[in-house]
Amino acid sequence: MRLTALLVAALMWLAPLPALAQDAAAIVAENREQIEKPSRQTIGPVIAALAASGDPMADDILTAWEDRRLVIRKSDQAMFIAVTEGDGFALTALDGTAAGSAVAADVTALKPNAGVRGLIATALVQFTLSDPDPTIRADALASIARDPTAEALEPLRASLVSEEDPVLKAQKERLERFLTLRFDADPAARVAAIESLGTDTSLDVRAALNPLVATKRVASLGDPPGNLARTLVPGTDLTTVEAYDILVAASLAPARLTLEDQRAALLANIVDGSVGGIPVAALNTQEARNRAYTALEVAGTVPTAATDDEVTAALAAHSFHEVYVEPDATVTSAATATLAAIDRKVAFMQAADLGLDALSLAAIFFLAAIGLAITFGVMGVINMAHGEFITMGAYTGFVVQLFVPDYTLSILIALPVAFAVTFGAGVAMERLVIRHLYKRPLETLLATFGISIALQQILKNVFGTQARPLTAPGWLDGALEFNDVVSISYIRIAIFVLALIFLMFFLYLMKRTRLGLEVRAVTQNPAMAASMGINPDRINMLTFGLGSGIAGIAGVAIGLYAKVTSEMGADYIVQSFMTVVVGGVGNVWGTLAGATMIGSLQKVIEFLNPSNTLAAQTYMILFIILFIQFRPRGIIALRGRAAGD
Amino acid sequence: MKLSRRTLLASGIAALALPKATFAQAETIKVGVLHSLSGTMAISETTLKDTMLMLIEQQNAKGGLLGKQLEAVVVDPASDWPLFAEKARELLTVSSVDVMFGCWTSVSRKSVLPVIEELNGLLFYPVQYEGEESSKNVFYTGAAPNQQAIPAVDYYLEELGVTKFALLGTDYVYPRTTNNILEAYLISKGIPKEDIFVNYTPFGHSDWSKIVGDVVALGADGKKVGVISTINGDANIGFYKELAAAGVTADTLPVVAFSVGEEELSGLDTTNLAGHLAAWNYFMSADTPENAAFIAAWKAFIKDDARVTNDPMEAHYIGFNMWVNAVTAAGTTEVDAVSAAMIGQEFPNLTGGMAKMLPNHHLTKPVLIGEIRADGQFDIISQTEPVAGDAWTDYLPESAVLEADWAELKCGMYNTETSTCVQLKSNY
Amino acid sequence: MTRRSFFARNPSALIFIACLAVFTLAVTLMSEAYGPGLISTSFVKTLGKTLCLCLVALAMDLIWGYAGILSLGHMAFFALGGYMIGMWLMYARTEEIVVTALAQGGLPATPEEIQQGIATQIFGVVGSSDLPAIWSFAHSLPLQLILALAVPGLLALGFGWLAFRSRVTGVYLSILTQAMTLALALYLFQNDSGLRGNNGLSGLQNLPGLGDTAQDLVSIWFFWASALALGLGYLTLSWLVSGKFGSVVRAIRDDEARVRFLGYPVEVYKLFLFTLTALIAALAGVLYYPQAGIINPAELAPIASIYLAVWVAIGGRGRLYGAVLGAAFVSLLSSLFTSGRLPDIPLGPASLNWVDWWLVILGLSFVAVTLFAPKGIGGLFDRFQHIGAPDRKGAQLGPDDGSLQEQEAQK
Repeated sequence: MRLTALLVAALMWLAPLPALAQDAAAIVAENREQIEKPSRQTIGPVIAALAASGDPMADDILTAWEDRRLVIRKSDQAMFIAVTEGDGFALTALDGTAAGSAVAADVTALKPNAGVRGLIATALVQFTLSDPDPTIRADALASIARDPTAEALEPLRASLVSEEDPVLKAQKERLERFLTLRFDADPAARVAAIESLGTDTSLDVRAALNPLVATKRVASLGDPPGNLARTLVPGTDLTTVEAYDILVAASLAPARLTLEDQRAALLANIVDGSVGGIPVAALNTQEARNRAYTALEVAGTVPTAATDDEVTAALAAHSFHEVYVEPDATVTSAATATLAAIDRKVAFMQAADLGLDALSLAAIFFLAAIGLAITFGVMGVINMAHGEFITMGAYTGFVVQLFVPDYTLSILIALPVAFAVTFGAGVAMERLVIRHLYKRPLETLLATFGISIALQQILKNVFGTQARPLTAPGWLDGALEFNDVVSISYIRIAIFVLALIFLMFFLYLMKRTRLGLEVRAVTQNPAMAASMGINPDRINMLTFGLGSGIAGIAGVAIGLYAKVTSEMGADYIVQSFMTVVVGGVGNVWGTLAGATMIGSLQKVIEFLNPSNTLAAQTYMILFIILFIQFRPRGIIALRGRAAGD
Repeated sequence: MKLSRRTLLASGIAALALPKATFAQAETIKVGVLHSLSGTMAISETTLKDTMLMLIEQQNAKGGLLGKQLEAVVVDPASDWPLFAEKARELLTVSSVDVMFGCWTSVSRKSVLPVIEELNGLLFYPVQYEGEESSKNVFYTGAAPNQQAIPAVDYYLEELGVTKFALLGTDYVYPRTTNNILEAYLISKGIPKEDIFVNYTPFGHSDWSKIVGDVVALGADGKKVGVISTINGDANIGFYKELAAAGVTADTLPVVAFSVGEEELSGLDTTNLAGHLAAWNYFMSADTPENAAFIAAWKAFIKDDARVTNDPMEAHYIGFNMWVNAVTAAGTTEVDAVSAAMIGQEFPNLTGGMAKMLPNHHLTKPVLIGEIRADGQFDIISQTEPVAGDAWTDYLPESAVLEADWAELKCGMYNTETSTCVQLKSNY
Repeated sequence: MTRRSFFARNPSALIFIACLAVFTLAVTLMSEAYGPGLISTSFVKTLGKTLCLCLVALAMDLIWGYAGILSLGHMAFFALGGYMIGMWLMYARTEEIVVTALAQGGLPATPEEIQQGIATQIFGVVGSSDLPAIWSFAHSLPLQLILALAVPGLLALGFGWLAFRSRVTGVYLSILTQAMTLALALYLFQNDSGLRGNNGLSGLQNLPGLGDTAQDLVSIWFFWASALALGLGYLTLSWLVSGKFGSVVRAIRDDEARVRFLGYPVEVYKLFLFTLTALIAALAGVLYYPQAGIINPAELAPIASIYLAVWVAIGGRGRLYGAVLGAAFVSLLSSLFTSGRLPDIPLGPASLNWVDWWLVILGLSFVAVTLFAPKGIGGLFDRFQHIGAPDRKGAQLGPDDGSLQEQEAQK
């Protein structure tokens, strides 16, 4: 508050005539200490003085300061404006004269914090709103939008006329309405501005409207003061404790006696081993202590504390209300109506956004599980090392990025390389271990678990325990924003597309190719398939390699949106198993259904309990356990001989 | 003195059985290093093990301590909390170490506490933590909440004008307690409870889109929102990637993190994160000759120019050197003597100024706030005067009355209201 | 038909009990409490904990090795038992501290104050000061001991009833049990669950009322209790599997459908075994956690139960002593390799650091055991006793596993 007042004073002082031109360098010198270690609380007047100095250098100094280009030369503690030049800086003295150059190590740059930078930007607004450079004008608008003040309204309206850029003009008009509805003196103008917003769901619209309908709780003996929002009934709208706290805070009633205070009061009044006639040794129940305290109250040695009856009486005597902070009722009712319309629309948008999140999570689960759907679902092999294949894929991506610095190219290379690496690992594992255990499925579980912990530790020994960066190409940065509520990041869309591609690929492979036919044949009846001239060994090897290879690609995708550590795969293994089992073994549509169900379920629970994500995971697993009781073979169960067992 | 036959016999056997051990003890001073080298915490703790090995090597190069060489005994508690207690007991009784440096998570410290209090060991704990503890046998060289969290919130309130807070944390004791303290503090500063959004996520959480969306939506009522993150370890990577993807910039929605340092940032591309904040007592970018020497020594020791230094490493650096000085001052490695000599020890911080060991076994440290730079380092934008670590926070009613003082009161949990020592051992 | 005595029919039980007794005696005489201290207290604790792990491995062997149900969730029952006893240990120890502290305060404490003090002490660490409802019985050791068996037992009964009723078998059951332990672990990780979240219950080694007793003594007492429990458990289980009941159980493992057609209520047998093994696991947990000193939800993580299966596999399934050997062997080896006291092995330019490579060796040895020694360590005893598997070569003649094979048919 004080800060704003100071700024206002400073601005008012400068606004009419900057006749008292003062040398900017002198102002800096005067306030040197503050400028070196600025605080938002106190630096306001200095910035205002600089902005008002009329010295053409003031603008440069402020801009440089904001950009962290105001430097101090270590040798003589002189201050300069610096411009990066090669390895060092070209220096300009504060009075505008060139002052040679310096290497980076010889100077210390001033680093104002974000709050101070915001103040500088606000101070520069009046110049920058009409700056010839549109990007600077856009920055000025952003700065007003961040810290809307009543003072910005006039310069903004003034700059509207001369604005030529249509985009910026629209932005300025929008911002003008926001400022109008908050700061204009004429209530009619404010209501008009509010109503002009319609059902715009943008965050900035809601951010502008919501402060208008902010309320506070008050207690009063008679009629409610101010612009009433609603009346509160203690016991239903607010608890009696809360209601009484309001009374106490407003000094309308005495405070209740806390147990600590009672204890302290009793301790202070021990006379000859007893308090209020009750021996200290007997004070080992609350009831006895209350009696002692009452005795003291009667004797007048301690102040009277509110009893339960008095509390009830006080609550009954007062009425409780929520009143708007904004005094004008027409403004608040217009804002409430507009917000109600907006909120209905926002609720729909939130549902849509939740749906997108759920889809995206489902895609990630699907991608992590599809490799497993092949090895576990089709071949019946429980591969506990599946998670480590995901990790290997991600690390392959990291290694490729070490050699190929272009992120787009490196991802394009990383995907097939990751496939090749994990395909190789999968084939090796199948040949060396799993092949010998086809008849003992539970033992495959143990053997692959052994491989899993060995692989995890080897990866840790090779790559270290620190997370490694795997960076998405620039065109995947950012998010696809439908509006301020519904948005999804491009990287998640990419993962979604990748999951779709694999679904297609898998379907094509299994239904339309020779290999797929042979895989299905070997799965259903290896002996018969062998008698038809299919080599089951080869098919098993290829199928397992394929499942592992897809895990590798999933690893690259998961690494792009989350972390790359030696334990990333382990996070997905149990969830992947559940995806496959819930969906139904041996059917890719089942895996898809399982992933969708688990993904959406998790998001819905998260929505219901937003403060605890862990609970969402717990309840999701509980649900899965119950679900399997009722559909032991999953959502899409195989029928007939293929169901096996 | 009464000598029974049985004690004589027992000591005779002991003398026969243990000559080797006593001989070995005379040669070196053993330093136990109790950091997880495998499991989930290895990501953070392995670095600290290497730091300790480096510090011990440096000290040995300087001629050791009390004329003896130092010997590191490294064990691996494997991020398994019961194993921390077991390994601590092993270090104290089997390896007979004179001091231990170790632990990262609060739960590992709580696991070790009963053992070292029982066997009168000595532990240096280097990580920022939630406070509410002061053990006779532990020296806390990391930050207490008032040395990290509270100043960071002050920075939000005063410098950035934040009026609505999102407290995001991993679901374990440090974020829980810190957020409790912060909630009480914010309410005392006039922030209403409904303007404080709290969310807890599991360790290693990776699906952040909904939470980031929720936080962005907090700005809908026109208040300036700030995020206080106690998200731990590698879950941060997904969190920051999602922030960047959602276009959340530090100007509109700043994030201040208490568990994100140079080490964690090395796992991601920081170009989109520039301007977000972290609060620590040390940043690698601190411009002092001591820090330059430390970084150079570290890079030479680890033989990797890309490795970074971080706050817990500085804590070990200060802790180890203070211990060396205290042992020199006491002339022995005996725990009680060293503990007494520790209090009041001073040693230069890597960020300038002196760290001082207080009677409550915490340090005075300056609080630094840094803005993330595009190169994964931090711009130090605020550095306070040294703050004295407070074992029991002043912002929770139960703790406000407690005090720790091992010099005068000889108690780690002293109730100033009733003037009694609540308990001598600590709470675990 | 003459019935020979139990030990005559089960010589291994007698040998086992004898070995256990000798071992217990030897450890006692070498401990710091009752001997010259050749075995450190920390190692006595490790041995005591190992005995508890052997007991839970016995349970695992019964359910997996004998009945063929690969449960990947038995460590959940183990940990639940630990949690229940931990609640009492923590409550009672805290009560002592609180009562002493309040007694110095001038006024005698009210029950509410004591209750409040305990709650603040226990939950202050995780930022709360109310005692949740599940702590209602924590003040009483007998009640909490009953809970220590009842809670895991009822959970196993309920879960088993649901699972076996809908005929979930094989790999599906394994994954379902894994989901159960994961759900439970995630639930306990939440602070709201009232068991201190990730911090768990700690300081359990300090027994209430025995604050002045040295851990040297306490550790050996628990070691005895663990040995006794293991011995009794071993006798009970070998009695159980040696009779007709054991035959039915093994038959269920080998061909469930046939046993069902013969008229046995397979589901009842399975449910009984599942619940019984859960109770044994819970008992082991009750003895284990006061020795470990801390319990937290990570103990219920799926990996713990997988390790349990691995111990049994390495020791040798379907034989009780195999399970004990496997658990003891692997867990003691683990403890040795992570101790950091083994010297590095120089390998030319690099060196093999045991702490870094121990897990790799362990992992690969699982693979080796499953591939080359499916009978595990127990197989060595077979070789010693000259019990060999029939030398089976050639292709199978029938469609099922175990059918007659070519060379056998020619004989």
